[in-house]
Amino acid sequence: MIPDLGKYSDTVLSAYGASILLLIALVVFSILRGRKVRAEMEKVEQRMSRHG
Amino acid sequence: MSIAAKANALWEYANPRKFLATSERVLPFFWVTSAVCLVVGLIWGFFFTPDDYKQGSTVKIIYLHVPAALMAINCWLMMLATSLVWLVRRHHVSALAARAAAPIGIVMTLIALATGAIWGQPMWGTWWAWDPRLTSFLILFLFYLGYVALWEAIEDSDTAADLTSVLCLVGSVFALLSRYAVNFWNQGLHQGASVMRAAAVTGTDTEEKVSNIYFYPLLLCIVGFVLLFIALVFYRTGTEIRARRIKALLARERVSG
Amino acid sequence: MIALLLRDLKLAFRAGGGFGLGLAFFLIVTVLVPFSVGPQSSLLSTIAPGVLWLGALLACLLSLDRLLALDWEDGSLDLLATAPLPLESVVTIKALAHWLTTGLPLVLAAPFLGVLLNLPTPGFSWLVISLLLGTPAMSVIGTFGAALTVGLKRGGLLLSLLVLPLYVPTLIFGAEVARRGATGMETQTPLLMLAGITAATVALLPFASAAVLRINLR
Repeated sequence: MIPDLGKYSDTVLSAYGASILLLIALVVFSILRGRKVRAEMEKVEQRMSRHG
Repeated sequence: MSIAAKANALWEYANPRKFLATSERVLPFFWVTSAVCLVVGLIWGFFFTPDDYKQGSTVKIIYLHVPAALMAINCWLMMLATSLVWLVRRHHVSALAARAAAPIGIVMTLIALATGAIWGQPMWGTWWAWDPRLTSFLILFLFYLGYVALWEAIEDSDTAADLTSVLCLVGSVFALLSRYAVNFWNQGLHQGASVMRAAAVTGTDTEEKVSNIYFYPLLLCIVGFVLLFIALVFYRTGTEIRARRIKALLARERVSG
Repeated sequence: MIALLLRDLKLAFRAGGGFGLGLAFFLIVTVLVPFSVGPQSSLLSTIAPGVLWLGALLACLLSLDRLLALDWEDGSLDLLATAPLPLESVVTIKALAHWLTTGLPLVLAAPFLGVLLNLPTPGFSWLVISLLLGTPAMSVIGTFGAALTVGLKRGGLLLSLLVLPLYVPTLIFGAEVARRGATGMETQTPLLMLAGITAATVALLPFASAAVLRINLR
């Protein structure tokens, strides 16, 4: 499946691995924070509309 | 609050509200298209392009290294533009977009640095070489760090937006200056043809022409990275807008007791 | 303007004003280098120009946070902002005071420290010239960083993070002049670049520093 990368297989695979990991981490953390902030905003807005 | 002040307050939220509404509509498109481009581009490049005559299979690293490096620079340029818009027009969304984009730029720079260093290891025999391009990216990384650190350090969000915008402006000038300084600094060493043959392969060096085989998957990856950047900026700016709104609501709550 | 300059100079020379700290730091760093890289004079000769430049740069950095912080704390910065003197002049005077009390002493001390590091003979004059040209830029750039972080407690570390990348071009060209001078090579290009950077920063950066101070004083 993986093409014959020859003597550079470690190099190429680690480069791909590191990059894809970083990208996934970026997306995942962005979404996690986004969800948390969105939930908190809705909570605060609800609280304000009840008391407002 | 007077009528005028109420209208102003409304206007403040109108722009962010519109942004959020637009964002909701376009985000799915950008997420999906970026994922498709990235997956197709990377698979195409990784599995279906041949090894380079001189560099062997490491040439496949260009599909990540080049787009990341391009985005690292373009991200800073976008931050520069949005900082200027903030300073001139005071659109909060603009300032928040700059703030949202910075961590994306940091990750892009890290990917560029990591892939550059990993690629360099078999080529140059060391894990790190002070090649002008890599060094410039290292400096860019430091500029990004400073920018994010300043945002985090300032309490008042308008002051933070102002200060970071000025920093981005001044930083841009010095980053450009550094690029020339670093090129000057490292020209003394014989670099020859060993430096970053990514440029040669992709045709950004004028000496060698691009080979179609590598070009199209690379283009697809670049497009994928750009789309991902846009998606992330929309999403993250939305998060910043909401965070700012929370802060404003809590402040109002404290005042009204 | 002169009054402001004299006031800042007096404050720096007073006990507790911190004068001499930069110089002491410069000395200490220079002394520590042979301990870290070994005492072979050939090695020290090679790295002396760069190390001395680095030491001077870091010593400059040290005294930056007190540049504006003291005036900020006791409210004199607010007064200065409302004074008839334009804020751009104020920051330039501040930078000048910093250079006179920190940069210039470093320039004068450098040859003596060069002896400690076996700096080659032709290198002495070039070291002094490059530092003389480069330290004003570092004062001006440092003032910009100080203005950005003036209101912050523990702004010192952030100040370093912001200012050091801005120092890179000056360091590259300045150290290059010192290195080339020490080995007898031609120094024209880096010297011109160094002078250009200093001239441009001294002329233009005060505007950014003043803008930043206005933002922080709001």
